[in-house]
Amino acid sequence: MKLARDTWLIFQRQTQLLLRNPVWIFVGVFQPVMYLLLFAPLLKPALNAPTQAAAYKIFVPGLLVLLAIFGGLFQGFGLIAELRAGVIERSRVTPVSRLALLLGRSLRDVVSLIAQAIIITLLALAFDLRVFIGNLLLAYLMLALIALMTSAVSYGIALKVKSEDALAPLMNTVAQPVLLLSGILLPLTFAPGWLQGVAKWNPFSWAVEGTRALFNGDLGNDRVWQGLGIIAVLAAAGVFWAARQFARSVR
Amino acid sequence: MIETRGLRKSYRSRAGRETKTVDAVRGVNLDVAAGEIFGFLGPNGAGKTTTLRMLATLIEPDGGEATVAGADLRKNPAEVRRRIGYVAQGGSTWDESSAREELVLQARLYGIGKAEAHRRAERALEAFQLAEYADRKTKTYSGGQRRRVEIALGIIHEPKIVFLDEPTTGLDPQSRAHMWDEIRRLRTEGMTVFITTHYLDEADALCDRIAIMDHGEVVAEGTPAELKREISGEVVIVGLDAATTPRAAELFDTEAYVSKLETVDEGGLRLYVDEGATAIPQVLRRLDHAGLDLRSIELHRPSLDDVFLTKTGRSLRES
Repeated sequence: MKLARDTWLIFQRQTQLLLRNPVWIFVGVFQPVMYLLLFAPLLKPALNAPTQAAAYKIFVPGLLVLLAIFGGLFQGFGLIAELRAGVIERSRVTPVSRLALLLGRSLRDVVSLIAQAIIITLLALAFDLRVFIGNLLLAYLMLALIALMTSAVSYGIALKVKSEDALAPLMNTVAQPVLLLSGILLPLTFAPGWLQGVAKWNPFSWAVEGTRALFNGDLGNDRVWQGLGIIAVLAAAGVFWAARQFARSVR
Repeated sequence: MIETRGLRKSYRSRAGRETKTVDAVRGVNLDVAAGEIFGFLGPNGAGKTTTLRMLATLIEPDGGEATVAGADLRKNPAEVRRRIGYVAQGGSTWDESSAREELVLQARLYGIGKAEAHRRAERALEAFQLAEYADRKTKTYSGGQRRRVEIALGIIHEPKIVFLDEPTTGLDPQSRAHMWDEIRRLRTEGMTVFITTHYLDEADALCDRIAIMDHGEVVAEGTPAELKREISGEVVIVGLDAATTPRAAELFDTEAYVSKLETVDEGGLRLYVDEGATAIPQVLRRLDHAGLDLRSIELHRPSLDDVFLTKTGRSLRES
């Protein structure tokens, strides 16, 4: 009960601050929209897809996963600003739940990600993408779990390194291989065997395949529950670890 | 209200390849009574902030015991949190929020209901003369206004003790005087106030009792008056012509109330006496009697800086 109440308080505050500057939601969505408009049209011929809609069914899920990974990983910057302002320390002397300090923030990130995902989906609909609503909701669940994990990890690391200068290169170093090894831009079916073998160890490649299956209307595909399961476990671990960083002494 | 025994904290710091342990706080014993303003004095790096952060549950002590507001610091930090308020040195407000929003949230983080949180915020805004800017973003506030918001945040849940870490650092003289009044008001409301400072005049004017910390240890504790009394006596500085100084020195050398005597280079004497108030008339009479012309006379009472100098071997102003 206390956890739910505390989480709601932190979530409310963070959302209020975000809504005061809603431009950030659009800044975040700008890059994927550019991909959608300027890169995706190349895919029909490149992928040898029968129709534009078929090409979008492959590309849009990847794009959404990309948005969830990056959107989450870079949330730590905001936290470093809060650390510097003393807001975190001020919260830590109150009896507020440490887990709530993390969850309130991460849930804000999840909500803003879903808002962005809806914008992208609506735009894609204009390009003849068609998805069954139930499958779309499951795909959004996948995205929410990814964003929960990446934002929690980003907050945890931010509390450890405490400086933007250290966080930026660290996040880029992590994000680049994760991105390329997940088949986000092009499916890994095109990849040589060794690359596919390496990608098997990247949890996000399972998430991408699962999301693609959902967009393809293939709910029975094993990748759906496997992807959801892997990401859910990792999200729980990420939240647990990051909440411990909040409980530990930080300046 | 606060009782600590042997409170310790050390850090490991790395310089190049070597790691060395820095003992930031080495066994601090403190007794702070309810309803007093207790000053924690010492140069930067003496361990004041580390001690304060331990007492506020922000860092875990390596050893020792402490009871804060009746709760055991090490066994029950959650209860300590409920009973104390803490105002950090570097500030704690978010630029994009208003004072009212910050106050309401802070109250709610302590488990206070919504309506009551709004009432308390309103009262705090009045009490700290912030009502006028209550709904403006805190980035538009002056240093003094911001500091008042921070103190209001620290006491919104009506704690038994409030810890203030260098509450007047960086404030202009007027805001500083204003802040002293605010702190005295907290005591009137029955709160125990624990402040750190490196301003001697602040400790002297504001605090009921002080502890002086140096190199991680408490080197002196008492009321400012007690501590100053420990420093032997007062000094009467007599300004004379250089030519008459040796004769005057002879005169006072034999006086019983002068415990020590020094000559001043440009002419004059420093007479160490127990009490200036009774010594000065005798000095004047003696000089008059001998027909020596007096150019100036002043009384120097020991300051907390002299206390610090005696206890640590250096002046706080230098460190």
